[in-house]
Amino acid sequence: MATLREIRRRIASIQNIEQVTDAMRVVAAARLRRAQENIVATRPYAEKLNTILGHLISQMDAEEQALTHPLLETREIKHVCIISVSGDRGLCGSFNSNVIRTTTERIEHYQESGADVTLICIGRRGQEHFNRRGYDITDSYINIFRQLEFQTAVDVVHEFEHLYTDKKIDKVEVVYNNFKSAILQTVLVEQLLPLEPEIPEGDKLFLDYIYEPGQVELFEMLLGKHLNMQMWKVLLDSNAAEQAARMAAMENATQKAKELIDELILQRNRARQTQITTEISEIVSGAAALEG
Amino acid sequence: MLNRSFHLEIRTPEQLIYEGDVTSINAPGVEGNFQILAGHIPFLTALEVGEIRIRESETPQLMATSGGVFEVLRTGVTVLVEAAEWASEIDVERAESALDRAQAQLSANAPDLNRPRAEAALARAQNRIKVASNL
Repeated sequence: MATLREIRRRIASIQNIEQVTDAMRVVAAARLRRAQENIVATRPYAEKLNTILGHLISQMDAEEQALTHPLLETREIKHVCIISVSGDRGLCGSFNSNVIRTTTERIEHYQESGADVTLICIGRRGQEHFNRRGYDITDSYINIFRQLEFQTAVDVVHEFEHLYTDKKIDKVEVVYNNFKSAILQTVLVEQLLPLEPEIPEGDKLFLDYIYEPGQVELFEMLLGKHLNMQMWKVLLDSNAAEQAARMAAMENATQKAKELIDELILQRNRARQTQITTEISEIVSGAAALEG
Repeated sequence: MLNRSFHLEIRTPEQLIYEGDVTSINAPGVEGNFQILAGHIPFLTALEVGEIRIRESETPQLMATSGGVFEVLRTGVTVLVEAAEWASEIDVERAESALDRAQAQLSANAPDLNRPRAEAALARAQNRIKVASNL
């Protein structure tokens, strides 16, 4: 049985932990709100970009649509680039470990089929994990989530686009946590290159534009913008998912700390009572001995 | 000559930069700068790194942009740019340090240098400095 003093010390230390985890929960909640606002803010741009792509495609004939753009080219898969999006910090449940596990599975999958794999790591957790185990890392981006900028997405795209058009890699896919809701995040694997344009519904009623430069050049440029946008969405989603995961993890931790404290308080009271009882019975028996 | 203004919307992936009625807009097209007035026919073009100038009334408002898409429809003009900054909000010091960084990278010419990326960064920084000085 722990002594009274020991129990008191444990209660104090768990109360400290509870304060910290609760503060972290509040911070994560605030960051989650901001991350969700970012996702919403990007929607009109994405929709408009898709509408313009749709307008453009509706004006192109089948021959022009079957483009031989370098980003649409499918090759035999010998070199794969996987973009692994984790977080910079821990204490967010299985957020990082899920991404790392799925990335590893994908790497093994490609290696079994005889392709070699190179990684682009976003987030310190993944970078450290794969670096320590000697994986081939082409590039890594660390500490980008604190101040998330669209330019970062553009930089990442630049990096793998350039490798793809140089034919150093034949496929690019991204592994990240998809933000479904504040309580649900799932790991997704998505192919970025070669682009498989889900051709938006052409708007047949749309009247033609004047184009400058030609339709094809514009289409190619829009594909590039579309890719940047996809990468940007991945970063925003992963950021929101990380904050949501951390919020849930910290809420659990706070809850557990509370339960533990309740239990310890009970123990403390019991120990105190025992002590008092012992003292009283000592006094009583002492008095009895004197009287005796 | 009634109704000489038209609706304009300028967006980046991060936010809405401008929405309102203007009488003209000048933008840096890939085939040269151009100006759009009310009543233009539908037009789609790509934008270069450069300066956008909009006019609500007499005084023009300036912003630096890093390129994007420019669409004119009967209902108005939409500009989708990946980055845009009002001239008055440009941090010249930051732009200059970005310029120095890009120049240093290009002149060092390391073997793993991503040249297009460094050149794009250089062009963006030069443009921001230029637009800020045009204010």
